Parts: sequence; C-alpha cells; structure tokens
Amino acid sequence: MQRDQTFDELAGRCGEWLKGTGPESDIVISSRIRLARNLADFPFIRRCSDEDRLSIERTIRARLDKIPELNEVRYIDVEELSEVDRQFLVERQLISRELADSDGARGVAIDPAEQFSVMVNEEDHLRIQVMHSGLDLENAWQQINRLDDLIESTITYAYHPKYGYLTACPTNVGTGLRVSVMMHLPALVITRQIDKVFRSLQKISVTVRGLYGEGSQYTGDFYQVSNQITLGKTEVELMQQVSEVVPLLIDYERRARQFLVEQSEKDLHDDVSRALGILCTAKKISSEETMHYLSKVRMGVNLGLIDEVAVNIINKLFIHTQPAHLQKLRGKLLGSSDRNIERANYLHQHLSDPGKRESDLN
Amino acid sequence: MKCQYCEKPATFHITELIGPDGPQVMHLCEEHARTFLAKESTSPSASIAGALAKQLKLTGKPSAETEQKECPVCGISFFEFRNTGRLGCPYDYTHFDTELEPLLVNIHDAAEHKGKHPRRAPVSADSQATLIQLRREMEEAIEREDYERASEIRDRIRELEETGNR
Repeated sequence: MQRDQTFDELAGRCGEWLKGTGPESDIVISSRIRLARNLADFPFIRRCSDEDRLSIERTIRARLDKIPELNEVRYIDVEELSEVDRQFLVERQLISRELADSDGARGVAIDPAEQFSVMVNEEDHLRIQVMHSGLDLENAWQQINRLDDLIESTITYAYHPKYGYLTACPTNVGTGLRVSVMMHLPALVITRQIDKVFRSLQKISVTVRGLYGEGSQYTGDFYQVSNQITLGKTEVELMQQVSEVVPLLIDYERRARQFLVEQSEKDLHDDVSRALGILCTAKKISSEETMHYLSKVRMGVNLGLIDEVAVNIINKLFIHTQPAHLQKLRGKLLGSSDRNIERANYLHQHLSDPGKRESDLN
Repeated sequence: MKCQYCEKPATFHITELIGPDGPQVMHLCEEHARTFLAKESTSPSASIAGALAKQLKLTGKPSAETEQKECPVCGISFFEFRNTGRLGCPYDYTHFDTELEPLLVNIHDAAEHKGKHPRRAPVSADSQATLIQLRREMEEAIEREDYERASEIRDRIRELEETGNR
C-alpha cells in the first residue's frame, strides 16, 4: 500500500483507544503498556554505527514479516517521512517524539486498529506498545505479553539472568515495562487539588506526566499515571501498583465534579456551555486554547450538562485539531496563523451541525 | 537540547511537581542537575530521569580509575555512561556490574529481576558479545582500508550469526 494512502486513511478515522468505550472512559482515556526490548547481538542505539542501525531495522522487519499473526501490520519507514507526517504519528500516540526527532534508520509497525505499534530503533531497538480505550490494563497486558512472545520466538533478546531484559537506560531494565494510564482530570484542576493529589502519589512509586510523555506540558487537563520502577517486581505487580492508584484518582475527580455541581450547577453549566460556544463560533483559535475549551466541554458532556455532542467526537477533536492532523485533513501545509483559521473552521464544522455530528458517530 | 542554565547539552529532564506555579519541566546538564537536586533534596523528584539524576548525585563522583573503565565490547567508558545516562551495549551490565548494582538499587529499590523471561533457549551471552565486538572490528578494518582483515571478520560474523539462528 502507498504511504500517502495509508496516511490519508489514518487521518480520517481514529484509533480504537480514542473511541471512549472502555471501562471508566468518562475519566480514563486510555490504558497503555510498553515493553522495551533489545537484540542481544547489537550495541544499544546510541553506540550503533549507521550500518548497525540498518542491520537492526532489516532484521526486525524481516522477523516481524515471518509472524503470520502480524500480517495485517504495516511498517512505516520513519526516516523517509516528511516532518509533518512524523508529527502526525506523534500526535496519534503511535510513535514517540524521540523516534520522530532522531536520525538514521528507524520505523514503526502499526496494526490497522491502532491498538498496538512496534517502534524500531528508538532509545531501545524495540519498543512494543499496546493501547486500549478506558481502564483496561489487564487485557492490554494479555495482548502485549502475547505479542512479546510472538516476537521473541523469532528474535534473541538481550537478557541477563540477574537483571532481566537489558535496556539502554538503567531506569527501564528488568521488565522493560511502562504502564501509562491517561486520565482527564479537569475538576481536580479547577478545584486546585491536583498538586496535592500528585504529591501523595510520589510516595507510592507512581509518576505523572503530560499528554505526550515525559517533559510534555499538561495540556487539556490530561495526565498520565505510570509506574516508576521496572526492576524487582513482576509485570503484574507493577501493573497493580498503577491500577490501585487509578480508582483513587477517579474517585477524587468524581468527588471534585460533584462538588462543583453542588456548589453552583448554574455557574458550571454556564462555563461549559460558553466553552462550547467559543469552539463553535471562533474564527481563529490556537491549539492550546482548543484543548482548554474541549476539556471543559468534555466534562460538561460527561456530567450531562451538554447533550448535543457525543463524547467520542470530543475525544477525536482533541487529536484532529493538533497541527499535523489539521494539515493532513486539509491536505496542505499550513503556517501557524492559517492553522488557527482552519482549526476554527474544522471545529465549527464538527460541532455546530447536528446532522454532521450524527454521521461522525460511525 | 541545551541546558537551561548553560551551553552544555541537557541530559537530565526533571519534572518538578511542587513548584509555586504547578508542575514544571527542567532541562539540565549533569552539573546543574546536581546543583538543582542538592538544593531540592527535601522534595523527591517525581520523574523517571529524575530518579537517575538523584542517584548519580548520591553516589558522588567515582574515582578516576572507575571513570576510565571501558567496556571491551562496545568501548563505552563509565564516564560516558554517567554523562549521557545511556549504556552502550548489553555486555555493559556484566562489565560494569559492580558500579551499576548500587545505582540500580537506588533507582528500583531492587537488584534482581522478577517476572517474565525469554522462552527460547538462551544463546550464550559470550557469542552475542563477540558479534558486537567483531562488527566493530570490521568497521575499523574498513576504515583503515584493511579489506583482507575485514572480509575475514565478515566470514566469522556470518558463521556466528548462523549458529545463533539455528
């Protein structure tokens, strides 16, 4: 399949994880698990020559091709892509910013439902990722464990009897497992409790990061909750650490929402409705402002204060109004100022026309 | 990316959750990361890179001998590892075992893997390390235009790769 077709097709729809169907999906956007793996007979990426990187990429591609269960998977050569296409994959959470921005032979294998991807030559030779909608860690783990077994049946991983799966950075060694639950916590932000809540999390070995991973800003009131350590506990134990914390956060967020409703439902209703009004009628709007108002609207929909928009449309708009998505959907490169105008048009088109909203549900 | 306080590359990206203006991300070189963490020692850093930076601070500067110790397989020195926070090859975990173990204990509060392990019968770690070493030697031979040596090494690599794939 042609690369451009692949991308246009991807741009028009959204991944499984964005459908807003999983458990607790009013607050939990997605459950993601990734495993870091390396080939035993090559140096880690930073120490690789160009030839090494090429050999690693070729070896992994050839081995993935041999696995019958993965024959629907598409491999994308990230080195060949334009900047906007790379950015597009980052916005979709299919690759990391690090993979997009680095140099040399590298790529990503993506399954058609976008439930899993395998990054090649990121910080480690392989980064296997599975993403499910809502709070669904157990199924995500089963899927990734199976994928890992399939890949391991064709590749010899770097493994040490004492230290486990070996990784370029010692913070990932052992299981190589990172569990990330992405949560939408607007009421904790409004009630200024978010810092207090996260401070308490540090005591229990869980770390919190923004929408696009470590070092990213907390935009749109999205927060990722992850395990901090990877060595000395089993994968299931590490997952439990995170899944014990998530229900507490859900509970805090629900209570904060309830508090806002009880304190003044009229004010809250006014606030979320105005946010929808701005998104529907603005003539130019930045990505940051869009995230800010979409976050309010999303909470309004979940609290039943806004009933004319479905939550999966809001979920999709968070991603589709990002710079690279907007340019792919409009089919042309746009400068920042033109993007703000196109973004406003796009929002108007998808939020103001009830007929359109219905058809978007498919 | 440069350190936000000087011209050196930023190798530590620390997320500070308890700032006066909410969460803040710091991009620092090793030196400034040390200074920052020494000052903030009462507030545990929440990010994963922060855990590593904190550990490097705790262990202090190792002896010159340790700093210069080099992996015979990939050639990385312990000094280079400390500067970048990234190891060079799987064999480093064996070669720098003594230096890494206390670091791992501080990051993970453990030094032994529990959990999943590969199902395949493990290929000997030695032959895997030899492959990494031979590829490096081959590239060096090509660089000094010693093609005869390079082709000898290539044959040896193929031989080993075939044994590994069996």
